[in-house]
Amino acid sequence: MLSVSLNGMFFKNPLILASGILDESGDTMVRIARAGAGGIVTKSIGSKERAGYPNPVIYELPDGMGIINAIGLANPGIDSYGDEIKIAKTAGVPVIGSIFGSSPEEFVFLAKKMERYGVDAVELNLSCPHARGYGMEVGTDKELVEEIVSEVKKAVRVPVWAKLTPNTHSLIEIATSASAADALVLINTVRGMAIDIDARLPVLSNRVGGLSGPCIKPIGIRAVYEVSSELNVPVIGVGGVTSGRDAIEYIMAGAKAVEVGTAVYLRGISVFSQIVREMEEWMLKNDVGGVEELVGVAQRR
Amino acid sequence: MYRVVVIKDIVDEAKNVKTFRFEDDSRPSPGQFYMVWIPGIDEFPMSISYIGNLKGFTVKKIGAGTSRMHDLHVGDRLWIRGPYGNGFEITEGKALVVGGGSGMATLAPLIEKLDNRDIIIAAKSKDELVFLNRFRDLEPIIATDDGSMGYHGLATNLAEKLLVENDYDIVYTCGPEPMMSAMVQIAKKYGVEIQASLERFMKCGIGICDSCSINGYRVCVDGPVFNSSILFSMTEFGKVRRTPSGKKEELG
Repeated sequence: MLSVSLNGMFFKNPLILASGILDESGDTMVRIARAGAGGIVTKSIGSKERAGYPNPVIYELPDGMGIINAIGLANPGIDSYGDEIKIAKTAGVPVIGSIFGSSPEEFVFLAKKMERYGVDAVELNLSCPHARGYGMEVGTDKELVEEIVSEVKKAVRVPVWAKLTPNTHSLIEIATSASAADALVLINTVRGMAIDIDARLPVLSNRVGGLSGPCIKPIGIRAVYEVSSELNVPVIGVGGVTSGRDAIEYIMAGAKAVEVGTAVYLRGISVFSQIVREMEEWMLKNDVGGVEELVGVAQRR
Repeated sequence: MYRVVVIKDIVDEAKNVKTFRFEDDSRPSPGQFYMVWIPGIDEFPMSISYIGNLKGFTVKKIGAGTSRMHDLHVGDRLWIRGPYGNGFEITEGKALVVGGGSGMATLAPLIEKLDNRDIIIAAKSKDELVFLNRFRDLEPIIATDDGSMGYHGLATNLAEKLLVENDYDIVYTCGPEPMMSAMVQIAKKYGVEIQASLERFMKCGIGICDSCSINGYRVCVDGPVFNSSILFSMTEFGKVRRTPSGKKEELG
C-alpha cells in the first residue's frame, strides 16, 4: 500500500530520514530503519573532518513550531565514513549518501567514494543555509549547479539526487539547472535567526541558521508543487512532515516520497511507524489502494 | 526558548567544584539534565543536583563554559532549557550508590529518594570528594585513589567488596567512564542490576544531531541513564567516543 519505486530503488514506505538528523553513525541509522523508516539519507559528508560550530547550535521554537539549527556541517570526513555506511547498510533499506563540496571536482570525488562504500544513491547538498562556501552558496549559482550535477552523473552509476534551497527567488531556474539529476529534493531549511532579548544576542553561535519543522511546510509544499508541475524529474518533498496528513499533502503536491527530520524531535523515533499508520488509515478511509496513485493529484484540475 | 534564572547562592563543594542554587519551577526527576547557556561563551549540558524549587547545578570546572560559570556571582543570570533526558528508575530493595568525583552531583537527588541504600563517595583525593557534608547523616563510605581519606583504592574495588558481603538489588553509578565501565562489568559478574548515567560530547540536547550517540542510543534523549540490558549491549561504552566532528576515538 505504501511501497514506492524510485530510480530503481524499492522503498517499503515513502518516509526517508532527512539528512542531518540522527544519521552520522551507522548504529543510529540502523536504529531509525528498525523504527520504520523506508530509507535513510546520511549526514552530509565532506572531504575533510569538520567539528561544526560551537554551542548553541539549536534553538527550539515555542509550541512545536520547529527549530533553527546551525550545526555547521559537522562530519568525520569521507575517509573515515566507510565503516558507518557498511553498518547502515545492514538495516536493509536504501541508504543515500549525502555529500557537500565547493566545486564539481570535490562533489565527484565524494560521490565516487560514497559509491565505493556501497550507498544506493547520493544526495548532493546544494542547500545548507549556514556554511560559508558550501550548500546554498554553491546551490544558488545556476551554472555551478548544472556543472556539479552533470559531472557527478557522469562519474557514478548510482542515482544522483540534488537537494535544493528555498532561499532563492529563482527556484525553477535552479531546479532546471539541476534537472539532469535522477531526483530533486525540495526543500532544505529556510535561512533564519533568533535573538534572545534578555541576552540581547543571537542565540546560535553562528548567528544564522536553518529553520525547519511544521512552520516551513507551506514553503515546501509550494516548492514541490511548482517544480514538479514544471519539470519532468521525480521530486522528493521535505520540510515539516510531521504526520500522515503532511506526507500525503506533499505527495499530492507532486512528491514521489518525503523526507522526515524535525518530526523526530517532535514525536520521537517512533514517528516513522506513526506516520505510516496515519497514512494507511487515511488511505483506507478514502479508498486509495496505493500511495503512488496520489502523486501530484493536486495538480490536476 | 531559554528561561533566565538568577543565581541565589554559590557553595564551594570541593576542588574546582561549586554548586549554584537558583529558583525555577520545572519539575525534573533525579538524573535529568538541562542545557545551560552563558551568552557569548558556551552552552553545555548540566545534570541537576537539587530538584526542589530551589534547584542546583554542581559544576566542575572543565572547559570554557564551566570556567566562566565559576567566575559568576550571586545575582548573575544563567540561561537554561530543559529538563531533558530520562532519569533514574527507582527499583525496590537495597541499593548501592557509587559516585566518583563530580558524578555525585547527578546521584545526589536520587540518594534523597532512596530508603535503603549504601553510598560510596569516591574521588582521586580527599579534596575532590563531593557532598560529604550533605550526606553525612547517611554514613557514606569514602574511598580515595591516593588513600588521603577512607578506603585506599578504587571505588570499584570497594564496591566489589560490598557486593560480595551484602545482597544488593540495584547499583546506581555516575563518575568517570573507566569507573562506570568497570562497575558495569562487576555488576554483571555478580548478577546485580545496574543503572549508570553516561556522558558524551553533546550539541543539541534534544535527540536529533547524533553527536552524543553510543551504539545508536542517544545520551541526551534515550539516556543519560541506561539500565543493565542496554549497558551490557554497548560495545563502545568504556572504549570509544566521538569527537565533535563525529569521528570515533579511543578512550584514553
